[in-house]
Amino acid sequence: MSAELREMAESVFGDAWDNSTDAFDAELWKTVEQTGLARLTLPEEAGGSGGTVSDAAAVLTAAGQFAARVPLVETDLLAAWLLHAAGLEVPSGPLSATVAGNLSIQPAAGGAGADVSGTLRRVPWGRAVGAVAVLAGEQVLLIDTTGAGVEEGANLAEEPRDDLVLNELTVRHVADVPSVALVEFPLRAALGRALLLAGAARGAVAMAVRYATERVQFGRPIAKLQAIQQSLALAGAEVAAAAAATEAAAREVDKHGFAEASFAIAAAKARAGEAAGQVARITHQVHGAIGFTREHDLRLVTTRLWAWRDEDGSEAYWNDRVGARALEAGADGLWPLLTGTP
Amino acid sequence: MTDTMATLPDLVPPPVELPERVAALRSEVRAFLAEERAAGAWRPRADTWLSGWDERFTKELARRGWLGMTIPTEYGGHGRGALDRYVVTEELLAAGAPVAAHWVADRQIGPSLMRFGTEEQRQKFLPGIAAGEVYFGIGMSEPDSGSDLASVRSKADRVDGGWELTGTKVWTSGAHHAHAFFALVRTSPKDDTNRHAGLSQLIVDLKAPGVTIRPIPLLTGAHHFNEVVFDRVFIPDSMVLGEIGQGWHQVTSELAFERSGPERYLSTFPLVVALLGEIAGSDLDAGRRRDLGGLVSRYWTLRRMSLAIAGALEAGKAPELAAAVVKDLGTRFENEVIDAARLLVSIPPDRGAAEGGYARLLADAVLHAPGFTLRGGTNEILRGIVARGLGLR
Repeated sequence: MSAELREMAESVFGDAWDNSTDAFDAELWKTVEQTGLARLTLPEEAGGSGGTVSDAAAVLTAAGQFAARVPLVETDLLAAWLLHAAGLEVPSGPLSATVAGNLSIQPAAGGAGADVSGTLRRVPWGRAVGAVAVLAGEQVLLIDTTGAGVEEGANLAEEPRDDLVLNELTVRHVADVPSVALVEFPLRAALGRALLLAGAARGAVAMAVRYATERVQFGRPIAKLQAIQQSLALAGAEVAAAAAATEAAAREVDKHGFAEASFAIAAAKARAGEAAGQVARITHQVHGAIGFTREHDLRLVTTRLWAWRDEDGSEAYWNDRVGARALEAGADGLWPLLTGTP
Repeated sequence: MTDTMATLPDLVPPPVELPERVAALRSEVRAFLAEERAAGAWRPRADTWLSGWDERFTKELARRGWLGMTIPTEYGGHGRGALDRYVVTEELLAAGAPVAAHWVADRQIGPSLMRFGTEEQRQKFLPGIAAGEVYFGIGMSEPDSGSDLASVRSKADRVDGGWELTGTKVWTSGAHHAHAFFALVRTSPKDDTNRHAGLSQLIVDLKAPGVTIRPIPLLTGAHHFNEVVFDRVFIPDSMVLGEIGQGWHQVTSELAFERSGPERYLSTFPLVVALLGEIAGSDLDAGRRRDLGGLVSRYWTLRRMSLAIAGALEAGKAPELAAAVVKDLGTRFENEVIDAARLLVSIPPDRGAAEGGYARLLADAVLHAPGFTLRGGTNEILRGIVARGLGLR
């Protein structure tokens, strides 16, 4: 299943590769809606494709590899899940999701719903989506973005990260959600981001390998130089490590659920983040000056590596969690923790 | 996808799940190890698969069916899968158990005999390997042939009924205890147009007349390495492994087993266990907790990669490329573990400290570390293999 899905996803996202714009890709979104990739893990009865998280891993890795300009993690892994968990209908179109810090939420003056004020910070693709699922404590709010003020922002890859300003906005769709959602949200976000990172790392090394075989210096392709071979082998190993960690974490989720897979997800996001920095450094070094110009395609993946490694928890954040787990496990518990067998 | 898109081959196969059947096996191994530890039979060591020669322990493992696990039952083995063997070996290494005596025989000699050996050779060696009574070394490197293995100069001349072997092998771990090794030798003169031709593997009885074994002490002063000199040693035709002239192909296959196991990232794991013992209960600041977490995240990732290779072996594949990737990452990591550990607690390495304690493990790890990224193919050679896998050469 995942192998065919991966092939399909690589084809869909590969076709959408475009260095001329950083804006939301409406054409690609239509395709991911039509192919069922947009709501891949949402159950079929809720309008999704009923796929596993391992299926999502194959798709998100491909999306990262080809720098797809669509909010897949936000729509499928976060918003659709959150709304469905709260018993709310999942609207069509691209969605985003966030955890709200300090919104003012009052019962709506005129009946059902709530009046909401405050600012949602750095909402991924905020300007491009029709609605944002907001987790506020044990409540889920579905915010229609047409009623929000947008203050545009962006990450290093120029993906929208917008502040949405809500001023006594009446929200009709409000529902309670089990408190475990607060635990699960950051884990879902981290795994989704880690999978994108693993893909972007793969894309960057693929480009550097091809560049090395085409670029001629000293009368031969630079791929023939041992210094280049050794560097790219290191980068290739980082790609393999990021892929292994993130795919394994996705499988852990399929077996045990997100909350029980927290150790695997933490390790995977940290390892993928570590790979990101090394891969970006090596692939730029191999490309020379051209790679660090705006006209060259390499930026599409390397700026994402730099942006995503810090989003949804950096290596420092997740390694701190992993370190705490190791300390708790102690000398006798470390190996059982690593093997998942007490 | 447009034709301008670059793609990359998968260097490591996808992760595998361990089958249910191995859960009970893992528990049995852990229970046995706990018993041995409680009885004080041995103390955990760093780099135990080089340093921990303990024939009693090896025979205990054999008695429980944990040696020669993948060898068919008709040769005294247990006909189990590569993943069963994987679980046993990773448990032994993580515990720092003394596994050196059987390591080479169990890891690569058994599989090579199954692949290339004659019926007579299998009958002669495999039951002893599975019983933990027959030990092997490795006969590849020479004084003038390290990474460039095809340049070996040990040579065997055709004589009546066999071959007469002259030359020198080096860095042979455990040769002073072992019964035999496979020597990679030249059986016809070097051909500069095909450097890999004319090589063969001979099974050499290390107690045979004409074989001289001299110790080469390591940095610790310990005797694990040896120089093995052949002075007109007679090797009967029955002890030619595989085919004359196919040595390069055979040794490449053997190296896939030699390079692919969990010992390539776990050599310093007992040090981290001891480290956790030292810092247990202490209030680690956030920076050091992160450093510890960084090690654990990487251990977790390497284990998934290592398991993926075992899964490929179980499926009957020879994952040479994946093994090169994981051995490069894993052996560099074994070194990084030492540096991280030293900076997490201020306990200097001490060769004279009690065995099994942090200071002693650290000392042994530091002094053994240069070997991690050399043995079984240097990391530079491995990265050359990876570069070829990427399509660079």
